[in-house]
Amino acid sequence: MVPYNLMHLLPEIFLLTAGCVILLVDVFSKDLDRNLTYRLSQLALLATAIICMVQFPSVQYHLYERHFILDPMAGIIKISVIFLTMLALLFARPYILPRRILRGEYYLLHLFAVLGMMVLVSGGSLLTLYLGLELLSLSLYALVAMQRHSYRAAEAAVKYFVMGAIASGFLLYGMSLVYGVTQQIHLTDISNYIATNDPNLTLRFGLVFIVVAIGFKFGAVPFQMWVPDVYDGAPTSTTAFLSSAPKVAAFGFMVRIFAYGFIGALVDWQGLLIILACLSMLIGNIVALVQNNLKRLLAYSAIAHMGYFLLGALTGTAEGFAASFFYILAYSIMSLGGFGCLIYLGKGVEDVKSLDQLKGLGRSNPWGGLLISVLFLSMAGLPPFIGFWAKLEVFLAVLNAGFVWLAVFAAVMSIIGLFYYLKVVKVIFFDESEKEDKIVAVRGLRLGLGITSLSVVALGLFPGKLMQLCAQAFEYL
Amino acid sequence: MLEQLPVLSLLIWLPLLSGVLVLLGPGDKLLTWTQRFAIAISLVVLTLSVWILIGFSTSTTEFQFIERGEWIPSLNISYELGVDGIALPLVVLTCLINVLVLCGSTASIKFRKTQFVAATLLMTGCMNGVFLAQDSILFYVFWESMLIPMFLMIGIWGGPNRIYATLKFFLYTFFGSIFMLVALIYMGREAGDFSIQALQEMPLSETEQKWIFWAFLIAFAVKIPMFPVHTWLPDAHVEAPTGGSVILAAIMLKMGGYGFLRFSLPVTPDASDTYAMILIVLSLIAIVYIGFVAIAQTDMKKLIAYSSVAHMGFVTLGTFVIAKLASADAQSMALQGAMVQMVSHGLISGALFFSIGVLYDRLHTRQISDFGGVVNSMPIFATLLMLFIFANAGLPGTSGFVGEFFVIVSSFQADWRIALFAALTLILGAAYSLWFYKRVIFGKAANEKIERLEDVNTREKSVLVVLAVLIIALGVYPQFLIDIMQPSIEQLLELSSVSKLGG
Repeated sequence: MVPYNLMHLLPEIFLLTAGCVILLVDVFSKDLDRNLTYRLSQLALLATAIICMVQFPSVQYHLYERHFILDPMAGIIKISVIFLTMLALLFARPYILPRRILRGEYYLLHLFAVLGMMVLVSGGSLLTLYLGLELLSLSLYALVAMQRHSYRAAEAAVKYFVMGAIASGFLLYGMSLVYGVTQQIHLTDISNYIATNDPNLTLRFGLVFIVVAIGFKFGAVPFQMWVPDVYDGAPTSTTAFLSSAPKVAAFGFMVRIFAYGFIGALVDWQGLLIILACLSMLIGNIVALVQNNLKRLLAYSAIAHMGYFLLGALTGTAEGFAASFFYILAYSIMSLGGFGCLIYLGKGVEDVKSLDQLKGLGRSNPWGGLLISVLFLSMAGLPPFIGFWAKLEVFLAVLNAGFVWLAVFAAVMSIIGLFYYLKVVKVIFFDESEKEDKIVAVRGLRLGLGITSLSVVALGLFPGKLMQLCAQAFEYL
Repeated sequence: MLEQLPVLSLLIWLPLLSGVLVLLGPGDKLLTWTQRFAIAISLVVLTLSVWILIGFSTSTTEFQFIERGEWIPSLNISYELGVDGIALPLVVLTCLINVLVLCGSTASIKFRKTQFVAATLLMTGCMNGVFLAQDSILFYVFWESMLIPMFLMIGIWGGPNRIYATLKFFLYTFFGSIFMLVALIYMGREAGDFSIQALQEMPLSETEQKWIFWAFLIAFAVKIPMFPVHTWLPDAHVEAPTGGSVILAAIMLKMGGYGFLRFSLPVTPDASDTYAMILIVLSLIAIVYIGFVAIAQTDMKKLIAYSSVAHMGFVTLGTFVIAKLASADAQSMALQGAMVQMVSHGLISGALFFSIGVLYDRLHTRQISDFGGVVNSMPIFATLLMLFIFANAGLPGTSGFVGEFFVIVSSFQADWRIALFAALTLILGAAYSLWFYKRVIFGKAANEKIERLEDVNTREKSVLVVLAVLIIALGVYPQFLIDIMQPSIEQLLELSSVSKLGG
């Protein structure tokens, strides 16, 4: 047996070690505010990102008996996931301080979630994929449940856990069917099997189960029931994290499954994804219209965004996946910013819940008002913000695949979507506030919001580089 | 050195960046300086646009002052600017209106003035961008971005029903343009290049052209606006602050007309031919029916808004009647008429909305019945308004006459019935304009306040006089404008007469 060269796993190993060390440090730390744990976690993430960048692969490696794939896509997704998590922690710090959700585990769970995501996007076989997904999901369940004394958080956590477990079950069941038919566990082998044999009914059946699990992870209709409740019930800082980095990683999971394993069965999963995409855009946008609770509004908007996002992926081409990747990155930044704004608006331990609380914000806090408006207009897909380019890319991808009607449908849905985003801007700028008070935010939060909104505008004006990067990620399909 | 200056970029980015600067600046604390800064910038921009006008060569059909740069190379979207005879008059108009709005209407804004100034500057930059963009996606980016400042302008400084009006405005225009985006992407993908020129040159099958034509039509018809999608305009106008109304009427509506000329005719020539009759009929409905609607209005701003719809009917009529015309001379006359009408309506409607703003600032009502006998207390204002009203009615010697006359004469050669209905505007326009003037200016003073009205101050007077001079100048010597746009119009006719089928 050849001894493995573990250097390729360095980022993962480093993060795991760092996580364990920080866990120990946290146990012996007397600091109630957990400053040390927080700083070390950020540092560990930064170091992991740097290692990823140094090790950035220019070609595709299939390592460790082909269970582990290291390619530009994995590299880019890992780096972006780490940066998104760092931003999420930046937002989380001021949120959990006054609420005393201050256990060191809060940060550590982020680290382990990131580890799970890194394994997930590098998965070369069904086994590694499942391993990564479970590590990610378990960390997320715990994060949602962190606010122990809140009934709503507990409810959300149970809901998330039960639904998530069912989805995992579906995934496993699907995978076992696939394995039963193909006798293979590696994605490349499955792909080869499909290329030489016609996919039979059982294999298709297995594929459907896998699609269901993926639909659940993204919160696409009809598997969206958990999204509003979990987004609403979880601590806002957790929601911010939940809606950003894990979606990017889940996208990596989806690409591995569809593009590496089941590209030969394109006709089978494409139809399913079209249905998911259309329903998500329809239900997400329409239900969001009547939401008055900001977190639920963002949750339904997230469902709608997953619909647009799927438009790119369902084409099954490198270009389509690149478009979807751009979309999910853009969405993650916007969504992180959106929930960051909710944290920013909260006073003391009180969360901002309803839309009415934003009244007159444009006058009492012009900067905050402007920031939120930019984020929401970007989500609506208006130029010159990044959301516009994301929409443009997926429209281009579906048109390239020949689905003109789908592009028109998405266009109609974005008109409906515009209405509720505009409603938020309306409340901020046009409605009079009942009380005027200045919001004071700590430096970290201001920094985080500054970064997100600046990137929304800057990438909106100069999206070329990021698009190139996204295209590069899928050179090895 | 001056030759190397990227003038077109400056026209766009100078107002945009200074708008951002004003927004982030010291705010209302340094209000006078902010305003002076904004006016200075707008004057610089106007000077630049006039400089382009002087340097513009009328001997070539090519785009001039071209600037090219990479933007998104992976999608073949480039930063490409250029100006031709169709865009140039509209750019100068935009820059002029910007100066006038900044000088003339910030006084009637009572709160958050710096933000109003910033919104005006941002809008000017975007509107210049729309007219100058030579890449369809760049065009679209400016086209949509412009909605945001306008949305805020109506919503923040508008009248009592402003929120309804501004949401309606935004949703209508967005509804129109999103389909255009899909069409642009579709074509850019087929052509492999998003530049407008590539779209104009690419072959398109009949079905493709039909769909694309309708996608464009929705976008531009909402913007211009045409019957039956005009209903956002009266609401938006009525609720918008004076400055917003002026920009809306003077420039934003022209974007629809510009879009027809830049996209519909040359990109989908065969579909434009096929559907020309529908468009002509809709234009005639706008001219005649909306003319009647305008007569019945009791709100001054609504009346002018409806008259705008009727006047823009001439632009669409002139644009699409060319399909029914045989001779090239008549065709080019129709397009000249449409273009002149756009510029002239920009001046006239701008002037009328300024005038209504003058009255509104004094009495805070827009109801026609609240006025009467204004001539006794405001003689100078009454004289200026008379000129604008005559221009609006299309009196010879004013710019309002030229465009309508050209369109009617050329449509007469297509079908006398078209000309007959179009010519009804001479009666209807005179009816709603003059009756409006009579009720507001003459007669007994409706109340004591009117007797105590002060006449226009220097600021208001200078704005109105500038517009009055231009309206007369354009009415007496329209040849200047026609010379500028003639080569481009001929080029456009050539493009729109060549079938794209079977190529």
